[in-house]
Amino acid sequence: MTTTVTSHRTRPPAQPTSLRGRRLPWYAAPAIAVAALALAAGIVYGIDIGGPVLVVVLGAILYLVGLFAAANAVEGRRSARNRTWSALIHSAFVLAVLPLVSVVWTLVSKGTERLDGNFFQTSMNNIGARDANGGAYHAIVGTLEQVGIATLITVPLGVLCAIYIVEYGRGKFAFAIRFFVDVMTGIPSIVSGLFVLAFWVLIVSPWFNDGRPSFSGFAAALALSVLMLPTIVRSTEEMLRLVPAPLREGAYALGVPKWKTILRVVLPTALPGIVTGVMLAIARAAGETAPVLLVAGGGAAINTNPFENNQSSLSLFVYQQAGDASKYAPARAWTAALTLVALVLILTIAAKLLARRNRLSR
Amino acid sequence: MGETPHRSADAGTGGTRVTQSHEWPAVLGACGRGTSQHPFPGRAGLGGGGALPRSRKFGAERAFRGLTLAAGTAVLVIIAAIAIFLVAKAVPALRANTENFWSYEGWSPNDPQPKFGIGTLAFGTVLSSALALLIAVPVALGIALYLSHYAPRRLGTALGFLVDLLAAVPSVVFGLWGRDVFSSPVRDFSVWLNQHFGWIPLFGGDGPFGASIMLGALVLAIMVLPIITSLSREVFLQTPTANEEAALALGATRWEMLRTAVLPYGRPGIIAAVMLGLGRALGETIALALTLGITFGISFNLIQNGGNTIAANIANAFGEANETGRGALIASGLVLFTITLIVNITARAIIYRRREFTESAA
Repeated sequence: MTTTVTSHRTRPPAQPTSLRGRRLPWYAAPAIAVAALALAAGIVYGIDIGGPVLVVVLGAILYLVGLFAAANAVEGRRSARNRTWSALIHSAFVLAVLPLVSVVWTLVSKGTERLDGNFFQTSMNNIGARDANGGAYHAIVGTLEQVGIATLITVPLGVLCAIYIVEYGRGKFAFAIRFFVDVMTGIPSIVSGLFVLAFWVLIVSPWFNDGRPSFSGFAAALALSVLMLPTIVRSTEEMLRLVPAPLREGAYALGVPKWKTILRVVLPTALPGIVTGVMLAIARAAGETAPVLLVAGGGAAINTNPFENNQSSLSLFVYQQAGDASKYAPARAWTAALTLVALVLILTIAAKLLARRNRLSR
Repeated sequence: MGETPHRSADAGTGGTRVTQSHEWPAVLGACGRGTSQHPFPGRAGLGGGGALPRSRKFGAERAFRGLTLAAGTAVLVIIAAIAIFLVAKAVPALRANTENFWSYEGWSPNDPQPKFGIGTLAFGTVLSSALALLIAVPVALGIALYLSHYAPRRLGTALGFLVDLLAAVPSVVFGLWGRDVFSSPVRDFSVWLNQHFGWIPLFGGDGPFGASIMLGALVLAIMVLPIITSLSREVFLQTPTANEEAALALGATRWEMLRTAVLPYGRPGIIAAVMLGLGRALGETIALALTLGITFGISFNLIQNGGNTIAANIANAFGEANETGRGALIASGLVLFTITLIVNITARAIIYRRREFTESAA
C-alpha cells in the first residue's frame, strides 16, 4: 500500500488539463484479441504444429501479452497489471467451465439412455454380458439402507460431540477433540473402508457368522459413519456457537438446568443449521464408493438385509458397471451415475435452501 | 467468534446456583417437572431455605454431561482405533514380505513368496496429487475471485451455488467421465506433446498414450476444482468491506485491492481450502482407479500409459487378495493414512495460528 501512496505523491502532474489518466479506447481489447488470434493462426498453420485448439491457446497468450504491452504504453504499469490479471481471472473461469459443463452434459445425455422403469425395478441378478436390460434396484436399496444406518449412528454421536465441544469442553481435552475432528475431516474414504475391514469384517463379524468373515451393508454404514462424523460435528459446532448468549442466559435465569437449556433452547434454535449440515454429510456419504467396495463387497441380487451378506450401492454399481466388459454396461453405469447425482443434488439443494431460511446463518 | 467469552463466566455446572437460592420453591417445581422422568435419589435431603443444592452424583446434569463427554471421546477413540487396527492387520503381512517394503517396485503379495513395495505407489500418489493441485489451485482461486469480486452480484451468487453443487458430485462420476469422454482429447494432446516436446523427458516415450498420470491428474484437478473454489469464494466474500473500500479509496486498482486487501485476509482460508483439496486428491480412489493405466514403476513420464496410486491400487487389487494380500493393502492404507494425517495436521497447525480469521472458513 505504501508504494501506491508514494507513487501518487511523486508522480509529476503529467496532464494538468485532466484529473484522469489516459485510457485505452473501448475497442482496444477486442482489437488486440482479434489481432492475437490472427497472429496465432498464422503461426500455428504457418509451421503446421497443431489445430484450432492450439490457435485459441496461443491466441489467448498473445492477447495477454499484447494487452499488457498496450496498456503499459498508454495507461501505465499499474493499470496494465490490473488489466492482465483481470483477463487472467476471467480466462480461468472460462477454462474451468468447459470441463465441468462437459461432465454435466455427458451425464445427462448418456444417463437418460437407460432411464426407464425397468432400470429402477430390476437388479443385476442373472444378467449376463449379452443382456441389454438389468437395473439398479438392489444398488438403490443398498445406498438407502447404508446411508440411513450411517445417519442413525452419526447424528446423535456427532451432535453430542459438538455439544461437548461448545458447551462443556474446557481446556486441552476439548481442544484436542476439536483438533482431531478437523484432522478426521481429511481421512480418505478408502482408509475408513480399510479400518472397518480390519475391525468389523475381519475381527468382529466372524463372531456372528460361524467364524467366517462376512461382508455386510452394516459394515459399509460403519465406514460411512467415520466419514460423516467430522462433517456433522463441525457444522453442528458452528451452529451452536451462533446461538445468541442471551437465549441461554434467559433460560438459566429462569432456573432451567444446563442440560435442559441445551436440549430445549439451544438445540431447537440451531436445528435448521444442524439439519443442513447433516444433509450435506449424507450427500457426501452417498457418493462414496471405496468403503462400500471394501466392506460390503457388492452383489448382483437384491439384498434388503443390511446385516448379512453382500450388498451393493449406487456408486459401487457405477464402478462395477464401468469395469464390465458388456457393451450394455456403460449405459447402465451412466444411468446409475445420473441417479446418484440426482439423489445427491436433491439433498444438497434442499440443504442449501434450508440454510437460506435459517435465521442464525451469517 | 472467540472462545465463547460472551457467555456467563460461570457456565459450568454451577451456572444456575444463584437463582436457585433466591427462589427456591419455584425452581424446585421447575426442576421437579422437568426431571420427573429422571428420579433424583438425593432430593429428599434438601430442606427449607438452607444450603445450596450440591451437585448430585447421578443427576441428569451429570448424566448428560457424561454422555456428551463420551461422544467427544469417541472421536479420539476412533482415530486411535483406525491406527491400531490398521497396524494390527498390517504387521503380519509386513513380516511375511520377502522384499523391502519401501523400495521394492511391484505388488504381488498373493504369491507364496509375497513381494510388495510401497515406493512406486506412494510416488504415484504424491505425483498425481501435486500435479492436480498445481493445475487446480490457480484456476480455482481465479474463479473464486471472479465469482466474489468481478462477476455481477446476482450472477456470482447463482454461479457460486452451482459450484457448491458441483463440489457435491461424487468422484465416481468424474472417474467415469474421465475414462469415457476426457481420455480421447487427452490422448490427442499427449500425442501432440510427444511429437513436439518429446525431447523433454516428461513428455517422452513412444506410446501408447492416454491412460496416463496426466489424465489422472487432470481428472483429479477437475474434481477438486469446485471444492477449492467453493471454500475460497466463501473466504473472499468475508473480507471486510471497509478493507476493500480503504484500498480503493487510496487509489488502488481492482487488482491492487485484491492483492492488498482480499488475498492477505483470505490466506489462512485459502491454505485450508488447498489442504482440503490435497487431502481429497491424496485419498481419491475410484476416479484414479478408472483413469490410470495401472503399472508399477517410478517414472516421471506424464503421458505414457501407466501410473498408480495407493488408493487406486487398493481398489484394483482388493478383489483377488488373499490373507497376506489384504494385510499388504492395509499396510499401504496405513501409509496413506499417515501421509494424509501429516498433511492435515500441518494444515491445521497453520490455520490454528491465525484462527480468528478462519473460524468459519476452515
